[in-house]
Amino acid sequence: MAHAVQLPPSETPSAEPPIQLLDPAGNLSTDERLPLDPAAVDLPALYRDMTLARRLDTEAIALQRQGELGLWPSLRGQEAAQVGAAYALGGRDMVFPTYREHGVAWCRGLDPVSLLGLFRGTTLGGWDPYAHHFNLYTLVIGAQTLHAVGYAMGLYRDGSTGSGDPDRDTAVLAFLGDGALSEGETNEAFVWAAAQNLPVVFFCQNNQWAISAPYSVQSRIPVARRASGFGFPGIRVDGNDVLACLAATRQALHQARTGGGPTLIEAVTYRVNAHTTADDASRYRTAEETEDWTARDPLERLRAHLESAGALTDEYVTDLEQRERDLAERLRAGCRGLADPDASSPFEHTYARMPADLRRQLREHLEFVSTGPQDGERT
Amino acid sequence: MTVSMVKALNDGLRQALADDPHVLLMGEDIGRLGGVFRVTDGLRKEFGDLRVVDTPLGEAGIVGAAIGLAMRGYRPVCEIQFDGFFYPAANQIITQLAKLRHRSAGRISLPVVIRIPYGGGIGSIEHHSESPETYFAHTAGLKVVTCATPHDAFHMIQQAVADDDPVVFLEPKRHYWTKGEVGPAPELPLERAVVRREGTDVTLIAYGPTVPVALEAADVAADEGRSVEVVDLRSLSPWDITTVRASVHRTGRAVVAHEAAFSHGFGAEVAARLQDEEFHFLEAPVVRVTGYDTPYPPSRLESDWLPGVDRILNAIDRSLSY
Ligand SMILES: Cc1ncc(C[n+]2csc(CCOP(=O)(O)OP(=O)(O)O)c2C)c(N)n1
Repeated sequence: MAHAVQLPPSETPSAEPPIQLLDPAGNLSTDERLPLDPAAVDLPALYRDMTLARRLDTEAIALQRQGELGLWPSLRGQEAAQVGAAYALGGRDMVFPTYREHGVAWCRGLDPVSLLGLFRGTTLGGWDPYAHHFNLYTLVIGAQTLHAVGYAMGLYRDGSTGSGDPDRDTAVLAFLGDGALSEGETNEAFVWAAAQNLPVVFFCQNNQWAISAPYSVQSRIPVARRASGFGFPGIRVDGNDVLACLAATRQALHQARTGGGPTLIEAVTYRVNAHTTADDASRYRTAEETEDWTARDPLERLRAHLESAGALTDEYVTDLEQRERDLAERLRAGCRGLADPDASSPFEHTYARMPADLRRQLREHLEFVSTGPQDGERT
Repeated sequence: MTVSMVKALNDGLRQALADDPHVLLMGEDIGRLGGVFRVTDGLRKEFGDLRVVDTPLGEAGIVGAAIGLAMRGYRPVCEIQFDGFFYPAANQIITQLAKLRHRSAGRISLPVVIRIPYGGGIGSIEHHSESPETYFAHTAGLKVVTCATPHDAFHMIQQAVADDDPVVFLEPKRHYWTKGEVGPAPELPLERAVVRREGTDVTLIAYGPTVPVALEAADVAADEGRSVEVVDLRSLSPWDITTVRASVHRTGRAVVAHEAAFSHGFGAEVAARLQDEEFHFLEAPVVRVTGYDTPYPPSRLESDWLPGVDRILNAIDRSLSY
């Protein structure tokens, strides 16, 4: 007798609607779960950074197409989630990103060119994680959630959380995708954060897809609801609404800093482009779906609001266009200017002090490369 | 003072905790219980539960959280309860812990120690007697060391904690209760090998659980008129070929003994390097005495499966027959 196999539903499990403060037409509303005074938020600055994050992404895709980058994971569609979350950060708060948080990196003040090195193949890292309180990208899905937990344990031990001193209290913001929720390590991170009431906020950009796998392959319940199983709050916000993302992250970080423990934020959004420049999204999703989400563009709705509020002055628009051009120029020139690393660089910093045997290998290698192509080798 | 290896490790960890407030211990059951082998016995009472941390049951969590703590300036010492249970943490150890210094061009320093009771010979059940050393030794960015005496246990654990690189610290569990003298100062830096017994006919290279077996074999061989020099490697990554080389120059012959499987085992590394660099000094091929390429056997069979005194003596005979 054949067994009935229960296949996962093809739709994302239905859930409470995400909290929204700015609708797709650009209208503001309020929600008592996320108190936010829009007058106290620099909306033109938010729009500027979202626009520049998108431009950064667009230029990087172009550079990949021109053969200047090996790969690029696009953030298009996720600008509100990333910029909103980043605007909630304090200077000391530590960020543990995945590989797609270019918008957060931008807001943290990283040189945007340094984001390209990993994807051009000139470095495995590319920036000082401590200078901007923004860790290196983590390519192994979910691994960074545990680093965030450990860092938060350190904050607690330092007395840098829940001290009551706003100049001291610090929190950790860990980014993850919806696919990462299926990794054992992410679930361990939730267990640890909950049991120790750690000052860490998990910010999940539910962009609906993990490469070709829809969220329904990962779970029968919505992202935000998972948190309650671990014993901390989960909150579901419209990830294309920069104000909701900002308000939720600000609230969760405040709670974390002041000793209130972890939160899982689900920002419901969409990955408009393919997973990376190497991926073909047409093999697993329909054009209608993508069009439907593109119509909810996070930049458009903020622009609509700013327009109706009369905030898009000529001066603002001209300035923004100039900034975009400058950024594009800087990325193009900067990318091509990224020098190939030295032949010795793989050997460096493998250990605090290079072991004798590695030094021997380095000597051999440098001697080999300095002799140039050998007879019969390809030139 | 004569103490067991467990006590020596316990004392070493106590000293490390006392010396540096940034040192903390973390692992399953290490606090109230003092660890299943009691290596951390009493430390929580002395240093509190923020420095001797009973973690949730998750090995990836232990190592992953240690990475974040180290990024915040702490020096975590993680206990993995048994060798066969490090696998869930392998991802964090290999893809994260080992690589972040390099990826960050030296800006991230991860002075994390991962203590693992390892090896067989205690009549244990499945997953409690494994020899995973080459998984670690094959990973750039990790240091891999193992102690064979209480003296080394006491000093090497402190040296490992003081080291700025991640150190996998393998504790030969069948010698946990072996007693020995603990002197006031470490003999050597962490990565140096030591000649445990001098001899002229053949160099016997061992580490961790096999060192006492090798010394016993050397004793028996001496009764048969053979002079065996025993080198205790102590560190597998990096490993001290200089000390091994000097010994082989004296004896012209080398035998390597370890519990881990034969193929791709650490003995293969030693044999290959010696034949590559010391070919002209060798009077015989390098001989390996190891566990077999099988899963670790049921404990009723382990005494024959492990390289014991007789198998080591046979290997010495083989080397000397050339
Ligand atoms: C441990 C691990 N397994 C598999 C992969 C390959 N991989 C890269 S991205 C990805 C999907 C991740 O999806 P999600 O977490 O939703 O993040 P998104 O890319 O959508 O932002 C996979 C399977 C990986 N990087 N790491």
